[in-house]
Amino acid sequence: MGHRLLPRAVNYGVMTSTDSTQPIAAPFLSLEAVRKTYPGVVALDRFSMDVRPGEVIGLVGENGAGKSTLMKILGGVTRPDSGTVTVDGAAHDGLTVEQSIGSGIAFVHQELNLFENLDVAANIFFGREPLRAGPLRLVDRAKLREMVASLLKRVGANFSADAPVASLSLAQQQMVEIAKALSIKARLVILDEPTSSLPLAETEKLLDVIKGLKAQGISVIFISHRLHEIERVADRVVVLRDGTLAGTLAKDRINHDEMVRLMIGRMLKEREKAGEAARAPGSVALSADAIRTGTYPDRPVSLELRHGEILGLAGLVGSGRTELARVLFGIDERLAGSVTLDGKPLDVGSAADAVANGIFLVPEDRKLTGILLDLSIAQNISLPNLPAHARRSLVSASAELATAEKQKKNLGIKAPSVLTRTGTLSGGNQQKVVLAKWLAMNPKVMILDEPTRGIDIGAKAEIYGLMRALADAGVAVLMISSDMEEVIGVSDRIAVMHEGQISGILDKDDFSQENVLLLAVGKKPKLLQVAGGAQ
Amino acid sequence: MTKKDLGLLILILVVGAVVTAINPRFLSAINLANTSNLVALFGILSIGQAFVIITGGIELSVGSVIALLGTLFIDFIAVREVSWPLAFVLILALGSVIGFVHGWLITRLKLQPFVVTLCGLLIYRGVARFYTADGTAGFAFGQNFPTLEFLTAGRSYGLPNSFIALIVIAIVMWVVLHRSVFGRYLYAIGKNEEAAKYSGIRTGRVIIAAYVICGVLTALSAIYFAMYTRSISPASHGQFYELYAIAAAVLGGFSLRGGEGSLVGVILGTVLLQELQNLVNLLGIPSSLNFAVMGGVILIGVLVDQQWGVFRARRRMIEATRQNVAGAPAE
Repeated sequence: MGHRLLPRAVNYGVMTSTDSTQPIAAPFLSLEAVRKTYPGVVALDRFSMDVRPGEVIGLVGENGAGKSTLMKILGGVTRPDSGTVTVDGAAHDGLTVEQSIGSGIAFVHQELNLFENLDVAANIFFGREPLRAGPLRLVDRAKLREMVASLLKRVGANFSADAPVASLSLAQQQMVEIAKALSIKARLVILDEPTSSLPLAETEKLLDVIKGLKAQGISVIFISHRLHEIERVADRVVVLRDGTLAGTLAKDRINHDEMVRLMIGRMLKEREKAGEAARAPGSVALSADAIRTGTYPDRPVSLELRHGEILGLAGLVGSGRTELARVLFGIDERLAGSVTLDGKPLDVGSAADAVANGIFLVPEDRKLTGILLDLSIAQNISLPNLPAHARRSLVSASAELATAEKQKKNLGIKAPSVLTRTGTLSGGNQQKVVLAKWLAMNPKVMILDEPTRGIDIGAKAEIYGLMRALADAGVAVLMISSDMEEVIGVSDRIAVMHEGQISGILDKDDFSQENVLLLAVGKKPKLLQVAGGAQ
Repeated sequence: MTKKDLGLLILILVVGAVVTAINPRFLSAINLANTSNLVALFGILSIGQAFVIITGGIELSVGSVIALLGTLFIDFIAVREVSWPLAFVLILALGSVIGFVHGWLITRLKLQPFVVTLCGLLIYRGVARFYTADGTAGFAFGQNFPTLEFLTAGRSYGLPNSFIALIVIAIVMWVVLHRSVFGRYLYAIGKNEEAAKYSGIRTGRVIIAAYVICGVLTALSAIYFAMYTRSISPASHGQFYELYAIAAAVLGGFSLRGGEGSLVGVILGTVLLQELQNLVNLLGIPSSLNFAVMGGVILIGVLVDQQWGVFRARRRMIEATRQNVAGAPAE
């Protein structure tokens, strides 16, 4: 094959010629009238869809719409109650895992299943390594490397087979997963929210990989909450709502608003509302002066965060945004510089100090650091403020429940009761619990690190609404986000980081994807008001 | 009382009934008093161990601390003629210092609990042997401490005073572990230390406090053991006691990963262990098999508990599927 796998084109708005000359091949996989119920829930009903070779299908729907059930059916993990799954003309009541793998269906999950301590080659052929002749069953390293190298070339990887997985970026790790899928001769690769944790530049790479797969005749089902990415790569969009097919959009009808309309059955205005009001900024709440973090010890960062504003903090992953948040919240040590809160010098040596001063962080990794999955909603909410829920050092269950009930109602946390284990909640509701524990106290400064990652679109809108309500109440909100639409739609001002430093701050008039991107890679933005804009 | 604790209690009663049926002396006053005294001594140090285990840590130096502090206590009151209340306080203070140092090394210098306390195990045993020049610490003939002896080895209303002390300590520690803010922090840290830190808990201080509690309770039991044996040869005194404590906690439903377990559980675990020791004696099983019996029972107990969990999960699934089939409309 002398064919170039990865198109060089950067202008994604224009269809490339390979796209338009798509052959209309017969579907190799189709689902018909599939139904699956769980106790008390119809997870999927009367659902039908086809997958043709070399087709990129965008699959969208809110959490709970039935996407995971559909994936489980395709993966052979669950059998549908009724309906048929046809592969290569053979109809089945449902697939087994072996049938699924045998028909070339491969999954790349949102949470990657890689051994970080092993190298790329070992990960791709784990348990299936080519062996040398002889009774010792030694791994044939030369052959392994050769096989892996050809797979890596197919996904357009820029790293080698013996690179340790721990040294790769998230997008590169996803390429490893995709290479793994190709190694079992996949005909359909299902990507489950692959970009939810990727920064912009990395996302570009992944979208290129998808196009590469398509050019090789491999079908892709691309699940994502980031609709603009779907707009760019999908040939067809399948929308699920409440377990049924809400609609299918052909290539020329794929657009953001249409997808949202089908997903939630109505138009959504929250996001626009969140960023609507341009008001006079309040006084400076938190001011960081030339602080240095452990990741970029030679790059001082200065930042001012005002009461009543939402300051978006954009930048590529690894640009030092999370590190900045961790230093402000007292998790990491501040190497140099000073911080003031409402004009008074502030020395934050631990998260406990930050919390005592009303500086709260909604961390990036909800499950590892945001909440305790094993504790109940009520216990999670009271945890940072437990002494206030206690009499003579003994926890008062009634005070704890009262606070939790109030927050559950305020935030609309969907759970049977406040005693429910947090681990059983959906991502959106877990995030609301993280917010609830801080809202139950008195936030002065609220730092949110990727607050809507992996959260469905309805809950997203609610979280945007909450951030705006906080800002309206005078709280200074710092929102770190890699989601461009979100940064531009929600923020009052946008600070962009590049390699450990603030490369620029954009005012509302200068908001554009292009400007944010330019600053993120360390270039000058195109400002409207040259006089007042540049810092 | 959780279901797990209840199961353990039933097991204790069943084993007790079987032993009584074979050898009725099991229920004799003297045997019960002796056994409850041992339950008290091991119970106190097991509670301390439980506080460490709940944070996801481990304290391996318990046995050596018992040897060192026991030796020092007897030396203080018998040789150096320190008044016993003062010696008592000194020993508890030393226990808390040992706990603090362990906790500090673990939280501030980020050493692993296993490593720190393993070194403690070696160091304290060595120091104890050096202190007595590998001799035996004991009382001279005719040396008497009536009040101290009454409090540690005496009885009130037929109950060993040590057992009464255990009950008081258990109640206080139950409140601390299951009702207090500090107890909630311990569980939170055991479940997920990072998340606890991100919730503004000073996790380092809480963990150090857990090791201090363990140190103080170990020191207290060291005094009880010293007064129980009345003479200490530091080379062997208290050997493996940390393992009794860990075994009691594991039997009582503690997870060595932290964040799980109840105070009632660790007490019941201690009772079962002592019952097993007693059983070996009463049933004429060669005492050399002592450890083997204990190990076997713990293994079976943990296995049954785990398999029971698997069984229940499976039953729940089958139940759910059945409801599902019944509820689905016939198509």
